[in-house]
Amino acid sequence: MEKVVIAVVSCALANLAVLPEVATAETELRVGYLRLNEPKLVISVLDAPPKDDGFAGAVVGVNDNNTTGKFTNQTFRLDDIALDAKTDPTGIVDKLAASGTFYLVADLPADLMLKVADAAAKKGMLVFNAGATDDDLREENCRANVFHTAPTRSMLADGLAQYLAWKQWRNWFLITGSHPDDKLWAEALKRAAQRFGATIVEEKEFADRGSSRQTDSGNALIQREVPVFTQDVADHDVVVAADESEIFATYLPYRTWTPRPVAGSAGLVPSSWHPSHEQWGAKQIQNRFVKATGRRMNSKDMQAWIAVRIIGEAATRTKSADPGKIAKFVKDPNFSVAAFKGQKVTFRQWNWQLRQPILLSDARNVVSVSPQEGFLHQLSELDTLGVDQPETACKLTDGEAQ
Amino acid sequence: MKSSRLLLFSLVAALWPAQSFAYKIYVSNEKDNTITVVDSTTMEPVHTIKSGQRPRGITVTLDGKFILVCASDDDTIEVFDTITYERVATLPSGPDPELFVLSPSGDRLYVANEDDNLVTVIDLANRSVLNEIPVGVEPEGMGVSPDGKTIVNTSETTNMAHFIDSESFEITANVLVDSRPRFAEYKKDGTQVWVTSEIGGTVSVIDAASKEIVKKIEFEVPGLAKEALQPVGLRITKDGKKAFVALGPANRVAVINGETFEVEKYILVGQRVWQLAFSPDEKHIFSTNGLTNDITAIDVETLEPIKSIQVGEQPWGVAVSPQ
Repeated sequence: MEKVVIAVVSCALANLAVLPEVATAETELRVGYLRLNEPKLVISVLDAPPKDDGFAGAVVGVNDNNTTGKFTNQTFRLDDIALDAKTDPTGIVDKLAASGTFYLVADLPADLMLKVADAAAKKGMLVFNAGATDDDLREENCRANVFHTAPTRSMLADGLAQYLAWKQWRNWFLITGSHPDDKLWAEALKRAAQRFGATIVEEKEFADRGSSRQTDSGNALIQREVPVFTQDVADHDVVVAADESEIFATYLPYRTWTPRPVAGSAGLVPSSWHPSHEQWGAKQIQNRFVKATGRRMNSKDMQAWIAVRIIGEAATRTKSADPGKIAKFVKDPNFSVAAFKGQKVTFRQWNWQLRQPILLSDARNVVSVSPQEGFLHQLSELDTLGVDQPETACKLTDGEAQ
Repeated sequence: MKSSRLLLFSLVAALWPAQSFAYKIYVSNEKDNTITVVDSTTMEPVHTIKSGQRPRGITVTLDGKFILVCASDDDTIEVFDTITYERVATLPSGPDPELFVLSPSGDRLYVANEDDNLVTVIDLANRSVLNEIPVGVEPEGMGVSPDGKTIVNTSETTNMAHFIDSESFEITANVLVDSRPRFAEYKKDGTQVWVTSEIGGTVSVIDAASKEIVKKIEFEVPGLAKEALQPVGLRITKDGKKAFVALGPANRVAVINGETFEVEKYILVGQRVWQLAFSPDEKHIFSTNGLTNDITAIDVETLEPIKSIQVGEQPWGVAVSPQ
């Protein structure tokens, strides 16, 4: 046991060994990208995230910032830091602070995210959550030093529900996976159904019994299993799947007992970005991204790119590398950035969640973008997506936030 | 039938009183790779030119003999004869040319290369590249001072207007403006540069000498979300008294007093209004409406839209032959 711990620590140290002792110039802004290197199991190989998913967005963001930095004498540096899911990240965060890194972009599970946030707060560091969609990180577990560029599950669910309402597909058959993340996603979908006038006429759990994903005999088995599973349920307009764990949702289209469209975790999927998205100048960032990485941009890439761009935008406009000044600037109610989504994106002042349109896409194309026309809001139509200010459970205590 | 034709003729005659000259309006259609040619006397399309892929920025040479078009996805600028409509040459534009501006003397073309963070300077006589100037991320808007000494480029992600000396090709100033600066236009007296910021939703008026922003013009249309007011194309009358700003998804062209900077009117046009061009006599201004596939002719005096003209798919840029 002891040996294992030592190995982990030295691994972390090895990661940090590439960093020089302290930031060299006052005008250098160092960004640490924190992630786990855990492969994700998926049903279709096409859905396997690339190894640099997210990180590549930060790379392109730093390149962009450095192009701008030539005119402002600022340089940006990015370090890729691998964390271990079972190890307290405090030591690594402390070392990053000691080396002059005050900006963290994190793609981490919620529990690890919170540990990083609290360690970073003690060192005056800013954290950008570019991966976790958990609502609780913006609600009861919100933090004054954490900005969320990833949308929440509730934002994604509301974006989907608005479109289904517009289509008049109001009767949903909800199929939920058996893992905790699937349940959270299902809760967000149920909340969205209620908000936008849909009825969940039937709900079933698809238990993960450890069945093999797409194997030789898999197709034949699934072809028999899914129709039976979706048989004898109340009449519905659409099948909504909550399957973040990728156990069954991809198997639903074309196999349901009654011919119905599928949405949620398969079929029509809500996301912050899509590789095929080209509207509103997105073609340009896609071109730049392809040139740099050899592939098209995914949601996490965009969430990381925006995080790095926000740091860059604030650094350019404040002419500063100081995290205190940058935080103050980003927290100004008038702060906004362009994000290739047809309108400026801004932060919710009550929990530092980035307001953003939600894309609805099938595997190949963007089908629609929410908020849908007609879903009104007295302040920002983007606040029809997710938990709004009157409902928030977030209480920021540092005095900086409203 | 005969009478209706007569009526139509008299209507057109009433709308377009006898003109001392005729001119042509050229519209680049981003989606169907064509240029629509509209005749000013009838205000009807008279020809469609097949262009390269994704034609966007468009202009006419000072002598009126050639149309220049950025074929963005072909990484080139195409040159079309205005009489035969044949493609006569291509120019070495650098990758993904989007917008450009002719030097006042007409001998150079300054091109924004969106994907490569460059401004390319092209010598038109030799069809050669004179220089490439590194600028900010996603260069787009291109303006040039009336004396030809200063080029202004806007970079959409860096959010700056870069002032470039046209002799040394050095950047002399960088002015931070609001998000996604799209277009830069000098006043004809050279005192100010107006820069539109699409996502910021503002027009920055920059003093050309001090490089200070002297005014940020904002827009407001009752019943429209602030986010929908996205300034893109901009043109200022020769006397500097009126500026016209295309407001993208707001489907309106704003008219701004060039002296007080007050917005005086919002003119409803087609959907996703993008670029603008004056007629040579400045009696009309034309807007491209990307989603309704038409252009709107606006009377500059009365500020009324007077005609919509159907063009190709997703019209982007518009240029008018000189007098």
